[in-house]
Amino acid sequence: MDTKALYDVLRQHPFLEGFKPPHIQKMAEMAHEVHFARDQTIFREGDECGIFYLILEGKVALEVSAPGRIMRISTQGAGDELGWSSLLMEESKHFQARTLEPVRALAFDAIRLRQTCEQDHGFGYLLMRQLLVVVSQRLQATRLQLLDLYAPRGVKLI
Amino acid sequence: MSAAGCPMTPAPARVAKVDKETHDTFTLALEPADGQPLAGFAPGQFSMLYVYGVGELPISISGDPHEPGRLVYTVRSVGRATHALVNRQPGEVVGVRGPFGRPWPLEAARGKDVLIVAGGIGLAPLRSAIYDILRHRDDYVRLIVLYGARSPKDLLYRKQLAGWARLPDTQVLATVDYGGTSWRGHVGVVTTLFRQLRLHPAETVALVCGPEIMMRFVVRQLEARGVPESEIYLSMERNMKCAVGSCGRCQLGPYFVCKDGPVFSWAEMRAWMDKHEL
Repeated sequence: MDTKALYDVLRQHPFLEGFKPPHIQKMAEMAHEVHFARDQTIFREGDECGIFYLILEGKVALEVSAPGRIMRISTQGAGDELGWSSLLMEESKHFQARTLEPVRALAFDAIRLRQTCEQDHGFGYLLMRQLLVVVSQRLQATRLQLLDLYAPRGVKLI
Repeated sequence: MSAAGCPMTPAPARVAKVDKETHDTFTLALEPADGQPLAGFAPGQFSMLYVYGVGELPISISGDPHEPGRLVYTVRSVGRATHALVNRQPGEVVGVRGPFGRPWPLEAARGKDVLIVAGGIGLAPLRSAIYDILRHRDDYVRLIVLYGARSPKDLLYRKQLAGWARLPDTQVLATVDYGGTSWRGHVGVVTTLFRQLRLHPAETVALVCGPEIMMRFVVRQLEARGVPESEIYLSMERNMKCAVGSCGRCQLGPYFVCKDGPVFSWAEMRAWMDKHEL
């Protein structure tokens, strides 16, 4: 995809809702399209946080490994982002990301994104605001998950 | 189907069939035991089912309203009475009162998209609505079903969900709170499915049933997307005894859930669902 095509795709992506054309253009100039096959590991727990993704198609499972098993935390799909911790200068990934079906996404170099945020605070504010929305939604969803709402009263999840 | 037209007297009904849906949830089909035809029902209504000598329970009707001759209920075995109910064998007799209550507003939803959001056993009363919508499919635009369960083994009606998903202008998205690695579907609470939707809020009627906390968060999602409060409907649950608005057991603010509900619009419920005392 050329920059124009990337711009058009990004304009439709929910993560960039509220972004003005110059900000979308900045994102388009930093984006490149990537594809992952089904069951491919995009990153593992402990990997360096270097890339931020916006998912266009397909599903990705976020997983964490425990002794003898892997537990799935959540599923991300089209319209979601992946790898937000890379924008916060986290040193390593907390979870593993594995595709459940073929995935098409836009990838961004996290260092370059952070540098752009430093240089253009208007852009940086929008990006961080969107990131905060994502993080707060994830936090709320996690709280609801922890409530185990569908369990009969008195029954504990094994 | 209460005896001799008295809403307080159970009519005998024979268990025709018991199907195991999940490890703790069963679907019972009842047929008349006294030669009297079963009363019809509207989707969203409930009956009081009486296991003789054990107790009486309000149970939503989960069957097809256009299938005459039997009433179908999906019951989760969580206590003494529900355990006794799901362990009835074909041929055994239980008591039935009803159907009772205000149904889903399917007439008012004609010409619009219908968004169904269900959590856990909350899919049961909504299945009746889905049957009815599919019978009159041309009267509605899109049918969207969002369904959340605790884990893959807790998902109800899995074959039907898959079948509905293949129908035109129908979207079915299921999610579980806890999924093993063999589960290839979505993991996350039901509200996370909203990101995958393209709603037309002014043309959408939402029918919601599940744990009350879940419903509150679903309503927030719907309102954030511009669905009017008058077009959001919830099926409420409270302990019931008489089912006809006499005993007051199920009072919720100015309403009796058994008589004025169990289906309410969010415009009616907004003031009462957050009240700690209720």
